[in-house]
Amino acid sequence: MSDAAYDAVIAGAGIVGAACADECARRGLRVAVIERDIVGSGATAAGMGHIVVMDDSDAQFALTRYSQRLWQELRPHLPDDVEYEQCGTIWVAADAEEMAEVWRKHDHYKKRGVPTEILDAQTLKGLEPNLRDGMSGGLLVPEDGVLYPPCAARFLLERARERGAELRLGASVVEIGEGHVRLTDGSEIRAKIIVNAGGASAPELTPGIEIKKRKGHLVITDRYPGFLRHQLVELGYLKSAHSLRSDSVAFNVQPRRTGQILIGSSRQHGAEHTEVDNDMLKRMLRRAGEYMPGLATMSAVRVWTGFRAATPDKLPLIGPWPQDKSVFLATGHEGLGITTSLGTAKILVDLIRGAKPEIPVEPYLPSRATEECTHA
Amino acid sequence: MSRDSQHRFDVLVVGGGPAGIAAAVRAAEGGVRVGIVDDNATLGGQIWRAGSAEGDTKEAAGWRRRLCTAGVTTVCGKRIFHQSEPGVLLAEGADDRIELSYRSLVLATGARERFLPFPGWTLPNVMGAGGLQAMVKSGLPIRDQRVVVAGTGPLLLAVAAYLRSHGAEIPVICEQASWSSLVRFGVALISWPEKIVQAFELKKDLAGVPLAANCWPLAAHGQRTLDRVTISRDGKPESIRCDYLACGFHLVPNLELPLLMGCQIRGGYVEIDDFQQTTVPGIFCAGEPTNIGGVDLSLVEGQIAGLAAAAGSTGEARKLFPARRKARRFASILERTFGLRPELKSLPSAETVVCRCEDVPYSRLQRHTSWRAAKLQTRCGMGPCQGRVCGPATQFLFQWNPVSVRPPVFPVRVESLACFREVTEPEHTVGAGGKA
Amino acid sequence: MPNQVTVTVNGAIVTVPSGATVAVAVAIAGQACRVSTGGEPRGPLCGMGICFECRATINGSAHCRSCQILCEPGMEVKTDE
Repeated sequence: MSDAAYDAVIAGAGIVGAACADECARRGLRVAVIERDIVGSGATAAGMGHIVVMDDSDAQFALTRYSQRLWQELRPHLPDDVEYEQCGTIWVAADAEEMAEVWRKHDHYKKRGVPTEILDAQTLKGLEPNLRDGMSGGLLVPEDGVLYPPCAARFLLERARERGAELRLGASVVEIGEGHVRLTDGSEIRAKIIVNAGGASAPELTPGIEIKKRKGHLVITDRYPGFLRHQLVELGYLKSAHSLRSDSVAFNVQPRRTGQILIGSSRQHGAEHTEVDNDMLKRMLRRAGEYMPGLATMSAVRVWTGFRAATPDKLPLIGPWPQDKSVFLATGHEGLGITTSLGTAKILVDLIRGAKPEIPVEPYLPSRATEECTHA
Repeated sequence: MSRDSQHRFDVLVVGGGPAGIAAAVRAAEGGVRVGIVDDNATLGGQIWRAGSAEGDTKEAAGWRRRLCTAGVTTVCGKRIFHQSEPGVLLAEGADDRIELSYRSLVLATGARERFLPFPGWTLPNVMGAGGLQAMVKSGLPIRDQRVVVAGTGPLLLAVAAYLRSHGAEIPVICEQASWSSLVRFGVALISWPEKIVQAFELKKDLAGVPLAANCWPLAAHGQRTLDRVTISRDGKPESIRCDYLACGFHLVPNLELPLLMGCQIRGGYVEIDDFQQTTVPGIFCAGEPTNIGGVDLSLVEGQIAGLAAAAGSTGEARKLFPARRKARRFASILERTFGLRPELKSLPSAETVVCRCEDVPYSRLQRHTSWRAAKLQTRCGMGPCQGRVCGPATQFLFQWNPVSVRPPVFPVRVESLACFREVTEPEHTVGAGGKA
Repeated sequence: MPNQVTVTVNGAIVTVPSGATVAVAVAIAGQACRVSTGGEPRGPLCGMGICFECRATINGSAHCRSCQILCEPGMEVKTDE
């Protein structure tokens, strides 16, 4: 049997594929990345680009925190157009019940070494004067940040290529498995490991992966410097991200370095088309207006949609695919792809290399899906 | 507290220039309920723009009278940005949002100037040729100001004549087309005696103003505003002191709304049948979006579209086919004469800003192989102009193909996307239209 | 004179002919409408509302396309400075 040309071939040049390529190359693997479109053309281009810790579950917390630290280490090396800003997140509490959740989160993060600060109503108003009156307070997570994902993906790929990684754009993968990748032009690439980093399209390459598209909408405004300083998220965001069945919206806004405001968020099930859904858009913007009335008269420059890759237990799939030992998955990141891309890459290459990952990885292994487990 | 309102028409015409006005008139004279919507404060589009101290041409005045008499409802100051459902367009005004329902639609969205980047083109007082003319029509004082007119296309002469008649000094008109092209153009005008008359009128208005062919701008200079330009004349650079540079490279069609509505585009223009109907049944298109051909073609196409959109007037429409054929020949001559020369691709330097909204320089763009990749990596085209300025420029510089549009096709207030206010029942009056 | 309108541009009083646009008032005041993201002064380019270079703040509303807005008595226009 002849040698495979590569140690790893990665299908998908989004942020996850790019991070994996960077890590593979850094650790001496011969790697190629195959992408049918342009770098970062999927959820990487469409998403909000936040880097946040989330405590929906211990496993989610562990991965986001691990990965956020990796971003902080990487930060000095990032070029200017990646626009990394450590603006922090404020989880906004609109009533007493949500304020209780603020306290809970604060304790939870404190125990785990994540700096947070509880904001009472007055302090919150001082930090974010454009929030409407009557908020109960919030939780500031100062180490959260935002960046511009397409440039981050490009940077990671450039670094990988400097170390010998290959990038093939405009090449469409038809089939992967058993140590080879077959393209639409009929050619085949042989690799020891194939990494499916296909995001919402991952099931096309590896039938049987339980990933569903979860559509989102975003609106970006013209420049209003100083209107918003932190990323703001309503505590109801978790209710929205939780829901497995209904379509939902949640208040989530982000200041870009340009002074533009990015307004989200929405989640829809079963929507396959990329067109803007007027009703979802209306709901999302009305929700945003309930928190920040000043948004209403701002100039909205663009509206777009994207598909998150969602798994049933809301955790990504990182590791060997039980049905084919040459295939590894690095996908299913839902709304946390940017955040967890670096952590995913490290774990993936640890698993490929047989090294011990820095955090427990059982919750992310694709093999978990074949075991009995209760879903949240 | 203003509220959203609904307007219902049998035929809705989008665009208040010559094509739109002609369409609205012919449709309304057929007895159906017609509305015409335009984002400017008054109708007229660009070429019939009525400024603060302007009168209409006889032709324009005549069409406006007919518009009034025919009872067309004019909706001015509203900008269409989205389709809420088939048959309903959404438009935004200064402090409201309206819904426009129709049975048939005529898209007469006109054209805009093509801008090409060169060093210094972003300086204040460097404007389009039509751009400066619009500003002067809107009250900008131009008497005794020195204006270099440059670029390509018949618009340059019309603009120069207009500016001169308002007291501007025109040191030169720089036309990038070759002398032989211009001569051939002049000879071809024999088929259009009325255009020869126009040309002689222009020649009178421009007596003493040098017209240089094979001539184009190399750079604009100034501290905070323009104070001189360098042009290439007969292959040699020449510096000219001036207060304004009126520079535009002919026209590109406004295709955003046709694209949004699913109309097929062919060869860079909206595809239409003999009756100006697009590939979407019930949607017609007339004027510059089907072919850059000037006022005459716009008027003929507008009339055909209006007659067809009002349904059942195909006989009347057919009578206009010979006039349209003739006007189309003029359009092809325009295209041949004023094609862009390759030297214009080398005008921008590495630092020249190409995307003005996001200040993306040429050097950052040239490494990308597609509009989408450039857009994603540099944000070129992601600004408020939504690629209307940098799109045609990069198409020429890099042969990038533009992509489909998404709503909103113009920036609008967040509340207009969110329908914050309730929609009221139709309350507008159908009555004498006319200048709003 | 009956056919004139008075507005302010960055606090300075500017008188324009009735029917003039805000972009014209800004030009007459000798100001640039806006500052680009790279810090360059900018003024109107297209004159017809598609280039967005003429954006100014009018009566407190930011990003108004001043070339398409007629001056009204007492309008307060502010440009990027």
